[in-house]
Amino acid sequence: MSVPRFWRKQLARYNLIGTHCKKCDDYFYPPRNMCPACRREGEIEDFKFSGKGEVMTYTVIHTAAEGFENQTPYVLGIIKLEEGPSLTSQIICDPKDVSIGMKVSPVFRKLGQDGEQGMIYYGTKFVPDKC
Amino acid sequence: MRDVAIIGVKNTKFGEQWDRSFRDLVVEAGVGAVDDAGVVGGKIDSMFVGNMSGGQFVEQEHIGALIADYSGLAKDIHVPSTRVEAACASGGLALRQGIYAVASGMDDIVIAAGAEKMTDVPSAKASSALAAAADREWEGIMGATFPGLYAMIAKMHMHKYGTTSEQLASVAVKNHHNGQHNPIAQYKSPITVESVLKSIMVADPLHIFDCSPITDGASAVVLAPADIAHEFTDTPIYVKATAQASDTIALHDRRDITTLDASVVAGRRAYEMAKMGPKDIQLVEVHDCFTIAEICAIEDLGFAKKGEGGIVTQNGETAIGGRIPVNTSGGLKSCGHPVGATGVKQAIEIVEQLRGEAGKRQVDGAEIGMTHNVGGSGATAVVHIFSRNR
Repeated sequence: MSVPRFWRKQLARYNLIGTHCKKCDDYFYPPRNMCPACRREGEIEDFKFSGKGEVMTYTVIHTAAEGFENQTPYVLGIIKLEEGPSLTSQIICDPKDVSIGMKVSPVFRKLGQDGEQGMIYYGTKFVPDKC
Repeated sequence: MRDVAIIGVKNTKFGEQWDRSFRDLVVEAGVGAVDDAGVVGGKIDSMFVGNMSGGQFVEQEHIGALIADYSGLAKDIHVPSTRVEAACASGGLALRQGIYAVASGMDDIVIAAGAEKMTDVPSAKASSALAAAADREWEGIMGATFPGLYAMIAKMHMHKYGTTSEQLASVAVKNHHNGQHNPIAQYKSPITVESVLKSIMVADPLHIFDCSPITDGASAVVLAPADIAHEFTDTPIYVKATAQASDTIALHDRRDITTLDASVVAGRRAYEMAKMGPKDIQLVEVHDCFTIAEICAIEDLGFAKKGEGGIVTQNGETAIGGRIPVNTSGGLKSCGHPVGATGVKQAIEIVEQLRGEAGKRQVDGAEIGMTHNVGGSGATAVVHIFSRNR
């Protein structure tokens, strides 16, 4: 991913900043420019999520995506945040310990890197609450 | 709107075709379909080509013009040619655009094709190209792969409905059984539930035998107004419905992770257009990019109650000779999945079945069939219904 493309969403990725529609009181993460329910009638504002959530579903990836080869096996999940929206993220734990419904909290982690000298991407991953 | 018929079809062989290029495959399919229909170049009014990622797989864009050129339809007769893209639903959508052109009255003879050449790049690069059909910024960047996204659907389906790994495997076993009788199929060897469960894990709970392969292939059909179809063939196959629906690009934004709402809505629109219901359909080609995808598809299209797709498959209800034969061609699983071609190939399987030309795969007395083509993890769904009778 190019530097400007990552940089544009940096705050959202680092701090779990999404959006909130004041009109229909829906929360969005990843952030949306427009509320998909009330569309142009909506009133969108930035919103920082607490990051508290639970595992809605998950998988353990053994055959990795390009750039993730040395991380296998890694746990990928869909996390439902307490404010409502869901997001896709890695869950840092032993693959044997993950389960649907498990409570998780956010942590700031390295996501990946463009080769040895390229940009390092950071963002939010999740860990089990009991850790 | 005019009624539309398919008057000619042709698939290339599907598989790893190291000795053949993208354009070789497309020309074989296109020329074959035109031959089958008995039309000549000058009669062709337009063409639509489904292609997902020519730019990434063969570093070639401007696919529409390329294909018109290499099919001999660009020079002198200058046939308009349009590339259509909707990830793995590109082929189904190209067919739909072709149907629009004929139904509207703008064009008479139209070619709808689909093609993908996936094996010219290493498999990691191919996987990365495919991952572009998901949300690159919010799924891909977290390490999501396509098997990973469908694995999360499968995990949820198992949690909610008690679907088992054996039931997932039974989809692959059935489709390989059907595919052994399909001359174009990539894999013709039967497999067992045990061998699926013993194959390496790609993304828990999906083993490699739960996944469709990386494939080269092309497919093409020729469309004509139903009123003149008999001038070309004794067995025109009529389009009774074409429908399409969209959903969120990312899986995490869905209402219900185990239901592809795009499939549900496209299915409902198709049934309404054809004035039919699931009970009227005698066979269906569904998008089984992964075994869980077929289970969701038969539920979403109304062939199984929600949550019972696995049981229904395990019971043999979706086998040839069963209540509703699913993926008689072998599906994406056994035939292979050249992403841009798949939607057109599905239509060709139904045409061959309704013509009674499917050999050992033949569903007795088949008169009405359906196709279901999905893009991404369900952000696009395209559904068609075809009939032997107008």
